[in-house]
Amino acid sequence: MSAAAATVASRTEVPPALAVAWLALARDLRLAFRKREQLIQPLAFFVIVTALFPLSITPELGELRPIAPGVLWVAALLSSLLALDFLFRDDAQDGTLEQYALSGRSLTWLLFAKTAAHWVLTGVPLALIAPLTGVALGAPGYSLLGIVVTIATGTLALSLLGSIGAALTVGVKRSGVLLSLLTLPLAVPILIFGARATQLAIRNESFAAPLELLAAIVVLCLTLAPLAAAAAVRISLE
Amino acid sequence: MTWTWFHRLGSPPHVYRLAERLTPWFAWPAGLLIVGALYGGLVLAPPDYQQGDGFRIMYAHVPCAWMSLMVYVTMATASAVGLIWRMKVAYAVAASCAPIGASFTAATLMTGMLWGRPMWGTYWEWDPLLTSELLLLFLYLGYLGLRSSFDDMQRADRASAVLAVVGVVNVPIIHFSVYWWNSLHQAPSVMKLGAPTIALPMLIPLLMMFLGFTLYFIAILLVRLRGEVLRRERSASWIREVVTP
Repeated sequence: MSAAAATVASRTEVPPALAVAWLALARDLRLAFRKREQLIQPLAFFVIVTALFPLSITPELGELRPIAPGVLWVAALLSSLLALDFLFRDDAQDGTLEQYALSGRSLTWLLFAKTAAHWVLTGVPLALIAPLTGVALGAPGYSLLGIVVTIATGTLALSLLGSIGAALTVGVKRSGVLLSLLTLPLAVPILIFGARATQLAIRNESFAAPLELLAAIVVLCLTLAPLAAAAAVRISLE
Repeated sequence: MTWTWFHRLGSPPHVYRLAERLTPWFAWPAGLLIVGALYGGLVLAPPDYQQGDGFRIMYAHVPCAWMSLMVYVTMATASAVGLIWRMKVAYAVAASCAPIGASFTAATLMTGMLWGRPMWGTYWEWDPLLTSELLLLFLYLGYLGLRSSFDDMQRADRASAVLAVVGVVNVPIIHFSVYWWNSLHQAPSVMKLGAPTIALPMLIPLLMMFLGFTLYFIAILLVRLRGEVLRRERSASWIREVVTP
């Protein structure tokens, strides 16, 4: 009795929007771990794309090392674009998104939770596997932590930015190419700063400046992207 | 101050007639200014001491580049007005802007490449201005693509309006990041336009061109707006009075 009362009390202390967002996040994570192919496919795609570059250019690690940042970032960008398709699609088809919009809770917070879950499920694994492909492209050992940090920050920005495009195209059939066309030009600053940070990490120089610019984009996206995505979902559900 | 003029802009028949009346007031000055500026720029202005006659493509390139940005801002402003006040005519303005802006952007890229040939010795250089112009073209294409993927006009209007507003927030960031990227890899290019050192006989035709292109854009926008209003209101009864006098 007292334990239950305590949990109720602690629940009520949390702002309701945050509590509901937390539930949505937990739900998305649980769903994804039961349908693992959504976790694995973007990763496999990322590894295959990075493997195409040595096959198409040269197997010499010395020649691959200078282009490794670009290869890693373009592959990460494409892979997270591919994964964006999963972000709202299933929930839009089975009506969950509609229930979210009708629930009277803040749709902004709910979509933010979904996007955060999406980053945990696609961005973080991508950042963790990136050192492996980095080594295969000739990145030296001291740069691997830098690669993890920059890719993790960049994919967070990509997930947030991409959530707007995914929300706008949620009602469109076969929206993959359109989603890329909408998101890629907007993602160019993320690509530029991220690839530069990785490049500096591989050269064993300080990569703080581009990483801070990347973090500034994350902050901007954190504040504005969920609002825009919520507006877009409301339009798409009409 | 009364706001009736603003509220009347919400009425499609009023806007249709207003656009019809205003078009010549923008089209004729635009034509005169552009012809005058062409004469001033191609004949009266002296050749550049470095670029010879090659610089004269500036009179087409720079106003186009200016318009490509201005049209995007106009489109985003109209979209925001549409989202905030639910004004149907504002969406029609935004929809009419997009193809015009995309054309100006494509013209900027083409004239930039033609100018690059004598200046850089190559048609394409990853110059920050040209690169951000290319990205702007992709933004326009994305907008047009999103708009055409909806069958329902209202959803197309509102979804593309959100995209235009998101895009206009991003345009300065893209521009800055492209400059930053470019400054890492090469020295700033020689293209320093609008510098105070530009000679007056060269500058005056350029300023006339700016004004002429702006008026030309407004005239074209009004024509396209009429078409857009007709298309949207095709089942309304007032159309009959307008089309069959």
